[in-house]
Amino acid sequence: MKYIDEYRDGEIARALSSEIVEICTRQWVLMEICGGQTHTIMRYGIDELLPKGVELVHGPGCPVCVTPLEIIDKAIELAGHPDVTFVSYGDMLRVPGSRSDLFRAKANGADVRMVYSPAEAVNIAKRMPERKVVFLAIGFETTAPANAMAAWMAKRQGLQNFSMLVSHVLVPPAIRSLLSSAENRVQGFIAPGHVCTVMGCEEYEALVKEYSVPIVVGGFEPVDLLQSILMLIKQLEAGQARVENQYVRSVSYQGNLFAQQVMREVFEVADQKWRGIGLIAQSGLRLRPEFAEYDANRVFDLHLITADEPEGCVSAQILQGLKKPPDCGAFAGRCTPQNPLGALMVSSEGACAAYYQYRRHVAG
Amino acid sequence: MAHSAKTIANMICPAPFPEKDTILLGHGSGGRLSAELVRDIFLPAFQNPILDRLDDQAIISMNGTRLAFTTDSFVVKPLFFPGGDIGSLAVHGTVNDLAMGGAQPLYLSAAFILEEGLPVETLRHIVQSMHAATAAAGVTIVTGDTKVVEKGSGDQIFINTTGIGVVADGMNLSASAARPGDRILLSGTIGDHGIAILASREGLEFDSEIKSDSAGLHTLVADMLTVSRHVRCMRDPTRGGVSSTLNEIATQSHVRIELIESEIPVRDEVRGACEMLGLDPLYVANEGKLIAIVEADVAEEILIAMRKHPLGKDAHIIGTVTDAHPGLVTMRTPLGTSRIVDMLAGDQLPRIC
Repeated sequence: MKYIDEYRDGEIARALSSEIVEICTRQWVLMEICGGQTHTIMRYGIDELLPKGVELVHGPGCPVCVTPLEIIDKAIELAGHPDVTFVSYGDMLRVPGSRSDLFRAKANGADVRMVYSPAEAVNIAKRMPERKVVFLAIGFETTAPANAMAAWMAKRQGLQNFSMLVSHVLVPPAIRSLLSSAENRVQGFIAPGHVCTVMGCEEYEALVKEYSVPIVVGGFEPVDLLQSILMLIKQLEAGQARVENQYVRSVSYQGNLFAQQVMREVFEVADQKWRGIGLIAQSGLRLRPEFAEYDANRVFDLHLITADEPEGCVSAQILQGLKKPPDCGAFAGRCTPQNPLGALMVSSEGACAAYYQYRRHVAG
Repeated sequence: MAHSAKTIANMICPAPFPEKDTILLGHGSGGRLSAELVRDIFLPAFQNPILDRLDDQAIISMNGTRLAFTTDSFVVKPLFFPGGDIGSLAVHGTVNDLAMGGAQPLYLSAAFILEEGLPVETLRHIVQSMHAATAAAGVTIVTGDTKVVEKGSGDQIFINTTGIGVVADGMNLSASAARPGDRILLSGTIGDHGIAILASREGLEFDSEIKSDSAGLHTLVADMLTVSRHVRCMRDPTRGGVSSTLNEIATQSHVRIELIESEIPVRDEVRGACEMLGLDPLYVANEGKLIAIVEADVAEEILIAMRKHPLGKDAHIIGTVTDAHPGLVTMRTPLGTSRIVDMLAGDQLPRIC
């Protein structure tokens, strides 16, 4: 299959791996931001193909994992309303809130539906004017334009029975937050290719300048990741710090201007809580006042629902590269994908889940 | 932004989750949740030596004759899909469960749970399709039952079929029989049924239509067993896909199964759909494929026989049985690294991005 097979090619991967070994003279700590990239690294054992001195640490880019507990609690509360049809992306349904998850809400009679596209949620609202349809609009900049489009379509069609529970996070503020930590070990970042397909590369320039850290926009296949790592190490070995684009088959420097415009029309930047992290200033999106009528928080008065995450696991240290999932006492024992204790075990793209799913025979 | 450094250093995690107290859709997925139901609820109540084998069929000896006996219920939505319908599926599913025990399938029962309001024409279509499938498979439906539930208490039509077949002397296929050194054969491309159902259920359109592989496998099995009796185990990887079936075999036989990723055939359309939806074909359902664990020295011979049969033309040797890490299924990637192929926890969910 074109654009897939050549990026999973064993020979190309081994050649890149040899080149990395050849040029690497020092120890480097690199972070891939996106959970999809973490998933590929674990699935293909990319870390096994790197010299010992190159350490990969896994970033906060799993949108499912970082969606705050209170959003899940609000979602379950909403889904329980008898007149509500609650619509979500599939992998949010299993994510545990404080007491339950959406699958359980569904088993207890709630009308919970899974869709592949937010436009489908708008269509459900149109088809069922007697139901109040709520869409769980979560994700990074990748899903933001499509989610924005749903609100935009609902407004244009004058729908009265559609609203969104929004929990959107942004990548650059999260990188900034990591870099400004006193304990930061990360010396180079692989930026998330799909986020950059929407947003372009430009917004990473300021981070590169301010922190003198190389950032390579990378894809999601094994060859993409090895090439991104090679590009980072070349820069690091040469003492450089630039924004580079490995994922050129999808990402342009400007990004998708139309998608950005839709996002800007519907959403505005706001402070945002991250599950497993806490509040990061100006790191999320919320609906603009012009779209307030589609904000489920207002429609259903959900402001009173809050949930603080109890202490317990090492997600924090893992996200900073201070620990690896197998270092956690609960890993693969008390904490599994069936019974996740921590944010990073809840979705297949979380670092703990990826280790558990693919590598516990090596890690263990 | 200065405060965020402090917040990140103090990152915290959510609470442990309460005990399982409700049946979820995932309990029907054929993965780990299904296995837990069998282990925690059904086996403690029903335990007996015949059931304890936990194969796709029970083998019962009566007056010197060995009978294979199995049952399966079908709740597929939509009722009609590219490559089949709930009726043909209900016949193939049970025929295959018998065939996987090395049995010649003979007689089936058919029980229908109908929802009030179902058009009789729909039922007629389904029954005709069942008839055609039984005729093709050489089996006969000899008993049945019908119940009707109120509108809203079912989903148009549920079908249960039970089947009986005869197992030849000396045939002892079981998921507990795999031994280190054995080879693993797969009869063809994986994921066709699951993706065909998903595409037609969700209205997803692809360049070319993906068809379910629903088919009776007993003639393929007969061809294989004619070539050699040195087959240890056969399973059809339905719900939960190839990964769940192989995990069950690895657990029941206390062996490790090592797959070679590049040898597992997947249609381009199915791969494309899986890439798009964030699914792994190893976890997607099949209804006309089998996995056979065979002794190494007969593997090639059986493979050749499989490839001569229309349902085995894309057959491959996809891996070997070893003894390190018993209970584990691993896969050699095209990069030469090794990864776990885990059993599915619940339903496989499309990834968000």
